[in-house]
Amino acid sequence: MTQDVVLPLSILILLIPLLSFLINIFFGNKLGRLSGVVGTTILGIDLGLAIVVAFTKLTSYGTLHIIQNRVEWFNLGSVKVLVGIGIDNIAAIMLIVVTLISFLVHLFSTVYMEGDRRYPKFYAYLGLFTFSMLGIVIANNFLLMYIFWELVGISSYLLIGFWYEKNSASNAGKKAFITNRIGDLGFFIGIMILFFTYGSFMFEDVFAGISSGVMPFNNPTMLTIAGICIFMGAMGKSAQFPLHVWLPDAMEGPTPVSALIHAATMVAAGVYLVAKVFAMFTADALTFIAVIGTITAFISATIALTQVDFKKVLAYSTVSQLGFMVMSLGVGGYTNGFFHLVTHAWFKAALFLAAGSVIHAMHHAAHHMHDHHTDAQDINNMGGLKKTMPWTYRTFLFVTLALSGIPLTSGFLSKDGILAGTLAYANLTGGWHWIIPVLAFTAAGMTAFYMFRLTIVAFHGEHKTEIAKHTKENKLPIVLPLVVLAFMSLWIFYSPNPIDASKGWFHKMIVQPKSAVPDAYQWSFLLNEHAEEDATVAHQAEGSTTHLEATTGKPDDVKAAGHTTGHYLNKFQEESHHFHYIAMILSLLIAGSGIALAFMIYQYKLISADKLEARFKFLHTFSLNKWYFDELYQATAINGILVVSKALSWFDNYVVDGLVNLSSYVTRGFSYVVGLFDNYVIDGAVNLTATFTGFLGAKLRKVQTGHIQSYVVFVLLGILILLYFFI
Amino acid sequence: MDLITIAFYFFGALTIVFGAVVVFTKNIMHAAFSLLFTFFGIAGLYVLLSADFLAITQIMIYIGGILVLIIFGVMLTTRITGVEVKSGKIGKVQLAVAGLLTVLIAATLIMIFTTSNWYTADSVPLNSTVNEIGTALLTNYLLAFEAASMLLLIAIVGAAFIARKKH
Amino acid sequence: MEIGLTHYLIISAILFSLGLYGIITRKHAIMVLMGLELVLNATNINFIAFARYGGMNIEGHIAAIFVIILAAAEAAIALAIVLNIYQNFRHVNVDEVDNLKG
Repeated sequence: MTQDVVLPLSILILLIPLLSFLINIFFGNKLGRLSGVVGTTILGIDLGLAIVVAFTKLTSYGTLHIIQNRVEWFNLGSVKVLVGIGIDNIAAIMLIVVTLISFLVHLFSTVYMEGDRRYPKFYAYLGLFTFSMLGIVIANNFLLMYIFWELVGISSYLLIGFWYEKNSASNAGKKAFITNRIGDLGFFIGIMILFFTYGSFMFEDVFAGISSGVMPFNNPTMLTIAGICIFMGAMGKSAQFPLHVWLPDAMEGPTPVSALIHAATMVAAGVYLVAKVFAMFTADALTFIAVIGTITAFISATIALTQVDFKKVLAYSTVSQLGFMVMSLGVGGYTNGFFHLVTHAWFKAALFLAAGSVIHAMHHAAHHMHDHHTDAQDINNMGGLKKTMPWTYRTFLFVTLALSGIPLTSGFLSKDGILAGTLAYANLTGGWHWIIPVLAFTAAGMTAFYMFRLTIVAFHGEHKTEIAKHTKENKLPIVLPLVVLAFMSLWIFYSPNPIDASKGWFHKMIVQPKSAVPDAYQWSFLLNEHAEEDATVAHQAEGSTTHLEATTGKPDDVKAAGHTTGHYLNKFQEESHHFHYIAMILSLLIAGSGIALAFMIYQYKLISADKLEARFKFLHTFSLNKWYFDELYQATAINGILVVSKALSWFDNYVVDGLVNLSSYVTRGFSYVVGLFDNYVIDGAVNLTATFTGFLGAKLRKVQTGHIQSYVVFVLLGILILLYFFI
Repeated sequence: MDLITIAFYFFGALTIVFGAVVVFTKNIMHAAFSLLFTFFGIAGLYVLLSADFLAITQIMIYIGGILVLIIFGVMLTTRITGVEVKSGKIGKVQLAVAGLLTVLIAATLIMIFTTSNWYTADSVPLNSTVNEIGTALLTNYLLAFEAASMLLLIAIVGAAFIARKKH
Repeated sequence: MEIGLTHYLIISAILFSLGLYGIITRKHAIMVLMGLELVLNATNINFIAFARYGGMNIEGHIAAIFVIILAAAEAAIALAIVLNIYQNFRHVNVDEVDNLKG
């Protein structure tokens, strides 16, 4: 496979889900049950192509920064607007993530959505969503990315509100859409600042412009602001504080949708965006990102502690983990942030699909027992599912371990890297930045606790209700995706060493890009110490340690080793490495204590949960009510907008309408005068003409006798007159 | 007075006298038969003008065709045995106006014809014109000839269509 | 006086006037038609006279032939119309057929 096949294949990968959308939206009703099979098959083909492309990029062209093209789309005056698609290493990995999870969700849904009235439409929307998401992945410019960004927004709106008969579902869809719009507005402003300054939407042009020292409005602060604006888009899609409120509500959508959109792909888009344009963030922008990520990770972890809805716990857990990723990018741990995005995608999709499996089983059992009042998603109605649903339990337990950060899982590798990064960051910058690792470790501990609380309450112990007793393990299309995803959460896929990912291929391939920001506005520890090396080598495995280079004997590695023996790309990575073992031990301790606490409280009841609850009544209600964010927004943003709207409506009704009415009165008066003129003068003239014509006609008609012979006489008279006239 | 002159006056008188009978007679049958003699006189004039083909055509078409048609028309539309065969009356004033107008036209025409200085070519020899007419019709006047044939066809069909009994 | 072009033209002028008189004064449609035939024949005499004396030669004959053709077609159509009028009015008096009177 050669390099120039990669891009056409990528376009094919992009378009194939669109085909699925078109088939299912137009012929869905004819296909009926078949639409699921069609959708799944198409996604299967797409997955195959994505694997081919990704492996080609990562193996044959791994050292090449990006394979891309530039196409002139249209002209804005003298400015040519270029677009294009590009496959770099993170895009290649994201292709697999998106298509594989999408494929598994398609497969899962064949059983889960069975019997739904709009079954073909569901598959159509899934296809549209996959198409949009792949568009984000392969865009190499802000313009296309923004377009697909909005397409993702609309398709997620359709999917969240899929059961729009339920008021809560349609409200959740609207909430997700509107909240995303707030972030997208920032994204849009950021894009416009960059386009205005650098005259191009292409990432590489913008980066080249920044590194040449050109600043938006000649002000470095504006570059920070542009970065924060771009990041606002990510805040919306990746549900970062304070725009995180839509994600838990989005659990109203069908559970496979939650797995696809709200665990693995759409919410990853924000993180992906930050990773893609990582080179343009200044030190200040990165600090902002890190703080937002930390706050998100901590707050949502505390909320997850007390939720009783199975999916809500997972939703807040997702928000928390997204916070971790954003935090990691913010502190400069590019590779680990993206690593966590990938590993998290597998195990969180698995968690959600397991939740779907449980809920499906609970629904079936409830339906079987004619019980329509018990909440099938409340974990307090479950219990003992370990016995009735063994495969779901096993996979769920394993991915819970992965999420909690236990060795031998992928989650351990990525989370450990992030935590080490926060320690390194705090150590390098000092001051209040130490809050970041503190909150990060606390959140990691809480993650372990609430995940095991969920596992123990839902799966262990006795059946809490009759429904739980009657649950049954689901069919293969539901269990198979779980197993596949759990399997993907093993450490072995990323690194041969179960406790250190930095030796694996992933860290070798995903290399922190050289920051485009001039040195003065960037953290000194993020500056590449070997920046003078030639550009093609700069994107190679410099970040990896020397022993890796010794083990893999590729020529370019040897070349790189010539310069970098014993060195890291930058000071941050070096520092991260120093903190690696400290972070590992600390996180294991904290995760272990979280798990132990969960077992003490919920499994062995050594500590009464109720008493704890009573003791920390205020904290509990605060967490249970999600820090009153919804209420806060209701009181401030929503009511504020309503008040403004009412004021505007008053203004509209009385002032604007008054003006309009006044002008209409004036116009009517004028028209009346004009009408009079029209009626009497103009019509009078017209009538006069008509009357005159009629009079003439009445006189002349007498000539028309109807006698042919008199006509002949007239003709003869005429001829005679002519004759005498001419002679 | 040579024979040609005598013949000319004979045929000219024949034409004009019977033409006058056609116009002035009250009896429609008399008019029709007078028309026959007028046509015959005209055919004679054609011969004197060395238009042999036209003379034959005049006799065959006018006398053999059109006149027969007219007599059919008369028979179909008039009760021959009754007084109704006579043409209807017309007012004296109208007659006077018509006569005046006609005399005026005739006088004008004759004045023009006699006072005009006509171009006159040499007399063409007295030989058959059939050859020349045939050649001319199928060369220079082919289009008009074909158009005339179309016209006749349409006239036949149209006449049959118009004259057919309705209902 | 030798017979020449003018003699024929005078005959045709007289015939033409007679035809016109017939057209104007007769009530019977067929009589009108006969007047029309006289007019056409007067024209034909002119054509042939000019062919003989005016240098029109064969063109004059051709024109006369086309006039005869037209006369034949006209007679056929006119008689059809007359029959039609007879069917509708039970008479053929042209001065009473004045439905187009203004």
